[in-house]
Amino acid sequence: MYCHNPDTIETSGGTEYKIEELVEIALKMKPYFGKKGGVTVSGGEPLLQAKELIPFFKRLKEEGIHTNVDTNGRILNSFAKTLIDEYADLVMLDIKHMTEEGYFALTGVSCKETTFNFAAHREASGKNMWLRYVLIPEITSKPELLHAMGNYFKEFKTIEKIEIQPYHKLGIHKWEALGWEYQLKDARENTPEELEEAAAILKKYFKEVKIN
Amino acid sequence: MKTKKFNEGIWNETINLRDFVTRNITPYHGTYSFLVGPSEKTLKLWEICKEGTKEERQRNGVRSVDTEVISGINAFKAGYISKENEVIVGLQTDELLKRAMKPFGGFKVVEKALSEHGLKPSDNLSELFSKYVKSHNDGVFDAYTDEIKKYRSLGYLTGLPDNYARGRIIGDYRRIALYGITRLIEAKKQDLAAITGPMTDKAIRLREEVSEQIKALKEMIAMGKAYNLDLARPAENAQEAVQWTYMAYLAAVKEQDGAAMSLGNVSSFLDIFIERDLEAGIITEVEAQEYIDQFVMKLRMVRHLRMEAYDEIFAGDPTWVTEAIGGMLADGRTKVTKTSFRFLHTLYNLGPSPEPNITILWSESLPQNFKNYCAKVAIDTSSIQFENDDLMRNSRGSDDYGIACCVSYQELGKSIQFFGARTNLAKTLLLALNGGRCEFTGTQIVEGIPEYTDEYLDFDKVMANFRIAMKEVARVYNDSMNIIHYMHDKYYYEKAQMSLIDTNPGINIAYGIAGLSIVADSLSAIKYAKVKPIRNEKGLTIDFEIEGEFPMYGNDDDRVDFLASNAVAEFNNELKQLPVYKDAEVTMSVLTITSNVSYGKKTGATPDGRAQGIPFAPGANPMHGRDCNGAIASLNSVSKINYDDSKDGISNTFSIVPKSLGANEEEQIENLATTLDGYFSRNAQHLNVNVLNKEMLLDAMENPDEYPQLTIRVSGYAVNFVRLTKEQQLEVITRSFHESM
Repeated sequence: MYCHNPDTIETSGGTEYKIEELVEIALKMKPYFGKKGGVTVSGGEPLLQAKELIPFFKRLKEEGIHTNVDTNGRILNSFAKTLIDEYADLVMLDIKHMTEEGYFALTGVSCKETTFNFAAHREASGKNMWLRYVLIPEITSKPELLHAMGNYFKEFKTIEKIEIQPYHKLGIHKWEALGWEYQLKDARENTPEELEEAAAILKKYFKEVKIN
Repeated sequence: MKTKKFNEGIWNETINLRDFVTRNITPYHGTYSFLVGPSEKTLKLWEICKEGTKEERQRNGVRSVDTEVISGINAFKAGYISKENEVIVGLQTDELLKRAMKPFGGFKVVEKALSEHGLKPSDNLSELFSKYVKSHNDGVFDAYTDEIKKYRSLGYLTGLPDNYARGRIIGDYRRIALYGITRLIEAKKQDLAAITGPMTDKAIRLREEVSEQIKALKEMIAMGKAYNLDLARPAENAQEAVQWTYMAYLAAVKEQDGAAMSLGNVSSFLDIFIERDLEAGIITEVEAQEYIDQFVMKLRMVRHLRMEAYDEIFAGDPTWVTEAIGGMLADGRTKVTKTSFRFLHTLYNLGPSPEPNITILWSESLPQNFKNYCAKVAIDTSSIQFENDDLMRNSRGSDDYGIACCVSYQELGKSIQFFGARTNLAKTLLLALNGGRCEFTGTQIVEGIPEYTDEYLDFDKVMANFRIAMKEVARVYNDSMNIIHYMHDKYYYEKAQMSLIDTNPGINIAYGIAGLSIVADSLSAIKYAKVKPIRNEKGLTIDFEIEGEFPMYGNDDDRVDFLASNAVAEFNNELKQLPVYKDAEVTMSVLTITSNVSYGKKTGATPDGRAQGIPFAPGANPMHGRDCNGAIASLNSVSKINYDDSKDGISNTFSIVPKSLGANEEEQIENLATTLDGYFSRNAQHLNVNVLNKEMLLDAMENPDEYPQLTIRVSGYAVNFVRLTKEQQLEVITRSFHESM
């Protein structure tokens, strides 16, 4: 309900690209990737197209390009598993909320457990993962929620870092342009102190905490 | 402790700065943590300078002018800012920020510049120039043909150095510090003796030139004496090396007011002296930084007397004291030294500034710590630019070069260039659609182009006509350049700068083009969409209707990017067919300075949908707002222009908002350094980097006094944003600020 790319939520529409066209675009950008750059599929939810992403990532790996999936972990079918197990160098997993009610309130679906299962699957594969967490004042910023997240994930060995995404309202105009009602109008943006406090809590549990 | 002796080599036998630097340089791979803040003396001086520049702004851009004395190496007595605080001395006149008349480029220009401030030259001087003395400008107009005058007044050729000094020549200012002037005079005397008969035009001219150079060297000794400096001998320590080098540059900017008078690449040369004194314990880092801070401060205070019209092509009162920093030696070591860092650090010690025009010679092999520091400075100050050292060093053959003006390679002490401003390639394209007539006046400019009467424009027909137009414009351009440089040598020869350059230097004639992105997009529209010209009663195009989509330059689309690179190659090839004064090698640049605004005014509507009068994009930039596939796609398009077709430089000015470079400073630095690596690995040549938010610029327009040092890269140089005209400020703001990579 606060996605900053609401124009990417709709599952129909958009521009269709052939895989080779996308690979070509990636190759044109490859000189700029440096040591850490690469291709990230994001959304919306990229795993809705997991089957189609497999040959794309396969080609990227052939070209020596780093691959990354930015997902909410709500889909874990056999295609999604193949994609992340075999072809994704990195998974960035978005943790929406640590309680089922909170998760539902934010997303309109009950998928908290699916996201946790996704994390467990990635952990079992032994491959790199980052967590991402949007810090919304009063909604996801409560210290008990942060401690709960820390406790839940602290034993995970594949988590390299957690990124705190400050809550911002940049997406509002896009929602309005789509004629939708922005549903978190009343939430405010974080203060720098709030961000630091949240980071301090998470540092007790994670190797690296970054405020984006 | 006594200082050590320098490693000896060829430089001891002949004048050879490259050999000295190569044998004695101490490359530095560390971080910037050794740097120190400004000394107390430096801060005191800088306060006075800031006060002075504030007064300058308040007095309509000129603090004071001398209307009696013609400037020259010894025209004024010694001037100081605050003598007891100055460790590096010397001003162009006897007073800080006082401008001087340099009328040999053109006396009318001096009169005009003075009258704009309610002043006039002394009666003596007016009489002298009206009756007895001839200027460069007088000479040029004696020789100009009617055809050239027509091309000039209608805006096909603009900004030509025919009424002001051409600049672009870089004296090898290091020579005085390393050798002392006595030794340089001896070398020039030997050269003179070797120029013997038969006395052809060439030999006579060269003998006269070398004799002039020797006079200039003698005048420099006298100038040094006025400041109690013995420039006849080599510099003996770091402070003297900096001082001697500055004196050499000062002689040049007292004698000449060339549009751009670059400094060269002095920083790592000076580092050799600084390292030696540091090692011997004679100085500490504080003094080392103090010398550089004060040297740079002096360079920031260089001024020339300019008329307002000049501001249209070179906005913001620039002087182009371009200093090239970094790069690699041919033997694989880096030219980065601690003094490379010290130069950059002046942008913190004294705050951001457009001058000196600091240019980083970027190589993939530069030490990572240096790359990161450069990226940091670019992000913090938007004051520096980057050029591809790997490309230029390998293509042009020397690792000892400076950047003339904005973007042009120039081997130091061995070569010069003849500045040629630029031609308007977009307006040239309109000749192809109008039977060779000017789209505004209907004046016949080019013969042999058929009237175009078809309802829609046909790509092949347009290209055939465009080729005829390019050939003719190149011919007239070449004629004008030959006249200009012949006359400049005759009436305003750069004797001080040339005395610090080898006697028979290589020369390249630096042509230029403006409007490249307009040409590329127009041709693309004609080829990939349907373009219908709207004509007035005289049959001249006044507008275009475009049906359908077409690819636009700046989106990494080969279909249109090829049209851009091809236009550059074809026009360069036309220029290469023509005979050049002094047998100079033909080079070309895609660079506009800030003339993209005035060129736009002088150009009618174009087939890409650009309306009449709208500014062009600067340099080789994609047109504002049309490069909408992110920063990398835009960079990739520009990188496709072949350097071999445009060896005088391909300028790209790139603005990005801080947050799209990264979430924090560390990420931003890493991403900018990686972007530069990526861009230059594709053989791109130049990049101006602005890391700014538009909102800040809008605020600066409203509240200029709060942003006295706000600096922004425009096209191969930087300006104080608040010194731009409102029109130019708005043009800068409408440029693409990339919000995504």
